Amino acid sequence: MREVAIIGVGETKFGELWERSFRDLGIEAGLKAIEDAGIIGEQIDALYIGNMSAGKFIDQEHIAALVADYSGLVGQHIPAVRIEAGGACGAVGLSTGYMAVASGIHDIVVCGGAEKMTDVGDAQANQVLSSTSDKEWESVFGATFASLYAMIARRHMHQYGTTREQMAQVAVKNHRNGALNPHAQFQKEITLEMALQAPWVAEPLGLFDCAPLSDGAAAVVLAPMEIARRFSDSPIKILSFGHATDTISLSSRRDLCTMDASVIAGKRAFHQARLTPADVDVAEVHDNFTIGEILAIEDLRFVGKGKGGWATEEGLTALNSKISINTSGGLKARGQPVGATGVAQTVEIVRQLRGEGGNRQVSGAEIGMTHNVGGTGATAVVHLFKRGD
Amino acid sequence: MTKVGIASYGGYVPRWRITPKEIGKTWGADGEAMGRALNIQSKSVPSPDEDVITISVEAARYAMKRRPDIDPKDVGAIYVGSESHPYAVKPTATIVAEAIQAAPLLTAADFEFACKAGTAAIQCAMGLVGSGMMKYAMAIGSDTSQGAPGDALEYSASAGGAAFLIGPAEESIATLNDTSSYTSDTPDFWRREGQTYPSHGGRFTGEPAYFRHVLQCSENILKRAKMKPEDYDYAVFHQPNGKFPLRVSQQLGFTKEQVLTGLLVTRIGNTYSGAILVGLAAILDVAKPGDRIFAIGYGSGAGADGFDITVTPKIEEARGDGIPPMESMVAGGFPLDYATYAKFRGKIRMAGSS
Repeated sequence: MREVAIIGVGETKFGELWERSFRDLGIEAGLKAIEDAGIIGEQIDALYIGNMSAGKFIDQEHIAALVADYSGLVGQHIPAVRIEAGGACGAVGLSTGYMAVASGIHDIVVCGGAEKMTDVGDAQANQVLSSTSDKEWESVFGATFASLYAMIARRHMHQYGTTREQMAQVAVKNHRNGALNPHAQFQKEITLEMALQAPWVAEPLGLFDCAPLSDGAAAVVLAPMEIARRFSDSPIKILSFGHATDTISLSSRRDLCTMDASVIAGKRAFHQARLTPADVDVAEVHDNFTIGEILAIEDLRFVGKGKGGWATEEGLTALNSKISINTSGGLKARGQPVGATGVAQTVEIVRQLRGEGGNRQVSGAEIGMTHNVGGTGATAVVHLFKRGD
Repeated sequence: MTKVGIASYGGYVPRWRITPKEIGKTWGADGEAMGRALNIQSKSVPSPDEDVITISVEAARYAMKRRPDIDPKDVGAIYVGSESHPYAVKPTATIVAEAIQAAPLLTAADFEFACKAGTAAIQCAMGLVGSGMMKYAMAIGSDTSQGAPGDALEYSASAGGAAFLIGPAEESIATLNDTSSYTSDTPDFWRREGQTYPSHGGRFTGEPAYFRHVLQCSENILKRAKMKPEDYDYAVFHQPNGKFPLRVSQQLGFTKEQVLTGLLVTRIGNTYSGAILVGLAAILDVAKPGDRIFAIGYGSGAGADGFDITVTPKIEEARGDGIPPMESMVAGGFPLDYATYAKFRGKIRMAGSS
């Protein structure tokens, strides 16, 4: 196994990008990443594209070939793969590209992620999102994604005394971070009162407890560590990844308040990298709902089980606090173009580890983590990154 | 080109009202919150015997009554803009022509461009009068708009309309100094042939649709007129709800005071093709000679029609004895419960109905 580094990153602005198509977004992110890496198209050996549901969102399947074509790589006839794993497809795409480079099959690969969600109406978009839960046992009965996470939140409140205010504090913090991120969908701070007074989406989750529907794309360029310095002064090493699955339906889980897939993916990543949660300086975790971030920081062992709400309220997850969580604004404020999310998380961690975080820079960040979830926790992928030695 | 103006106008709003709270009650929704979000306190509802034809006739008759000196036979064209013409095939305009005794020596047709069919009709009338083809042409915008039961549109879709008689500027109550449009293929709202209720693109109806077109059109009108927002006495914008026109006027630099006179949507809802025109009618009711009016209509699909208007001294001779001012038709009204509203709007399947 070879060591693998990220030598280039790029992302589009996230948001309701009415004027931009799926192709526009994918190309913009890809070109920015290639430019950042200082490579040319002929050097790319393969493409891995995370995308959840272009078929339902824009009626276009076979997007791997499409992206290769529209990236101007058709002359090289390179292999291109589209990866789908619900909300975790971006991270699974990255780990797939990582394995390709680590194994020696490819040298330079681009891992991208893109989603164009606003070409369909809100109701239809929510239906598409719900299809990452169990169609036969959940969504067919009308369970929306928000309602499933609302059940998790209720149980967490019951079992650990987590409060609505604590959940809202996740949104307040992530909006505060998002306000510092020029690529974020929502670059504005919110108050606790605003969050608490917003209309219900699925009680006890209000509007500000939920990540938005977004358009956007992100891409990173991978290379073997041994040649990475030819392209980048600050290559970021992928230390490890952990990828785990769990029951597709929420009702079959061992514990509603724990995503076992996150726990195991985290353990695998830490074990392989020979690190512990205390070593992590900055982490992007999957906050598609505020309760999702609370579960994530517990399941990844940054705090004890049941302490996630409390830790957030105490400010332990704020920028440059005990552990800086979602410095990009997270899914909540940066936006959640599903397929792009796992890659956008990586872009943020690379920026942080390079010291390019601007006014949201985590001081002295050396070890970073991403945590990307599919469905209500049926897939979880954790990556660990380190500043190149 | 002959300079053209508004020779006369008339508006009509049905008297029945229903509140967002009452609508929400039926659907298990927080109607009051919906009303606050839309800045709509109530919307007008047509009686069972009212439709786009009766509303158009009412408005057209008021317009003719305001100018008894004008012979209806001199009206060479009648265009009625609406998205709820009672007939899919068979014009509303011919019935209006007969009702005001302008038939048979005239041209007539029905227009459709979502909420701006009425302003498009005004532009056609301006061309016909301006070219000298005829002395007067009548443009009407009126609707009994449809919102699917339980849909967000149901809280705003209402009924009303206004008629504008376009004629030579020198004998008009207000001159139409300029018009300019901004049009693009933007599918924010639509209803296909045979469908009962329209569909809409949710949040897409905002920024890329209403705001983009209204802002661009407004800026073009201001530039062409070499005017600034503060140079106008009144401004009226298409008003699908009470929020959009206030936000767009603020973005352009108009004050709330300039906009409030023509902002009827808060009390009568969105009268679609009638919306900008009943607002303009309400402004003309109180405008003084020399007042400048800025008017921007918007229709989904999408386009905006802008007008730069100057009120003339002739308006004082055409206040219209016996014509109810718009304010009297907008204020008050009779409240309906949802069941009666459903009956009035034909939402209850009756024996013998297909």
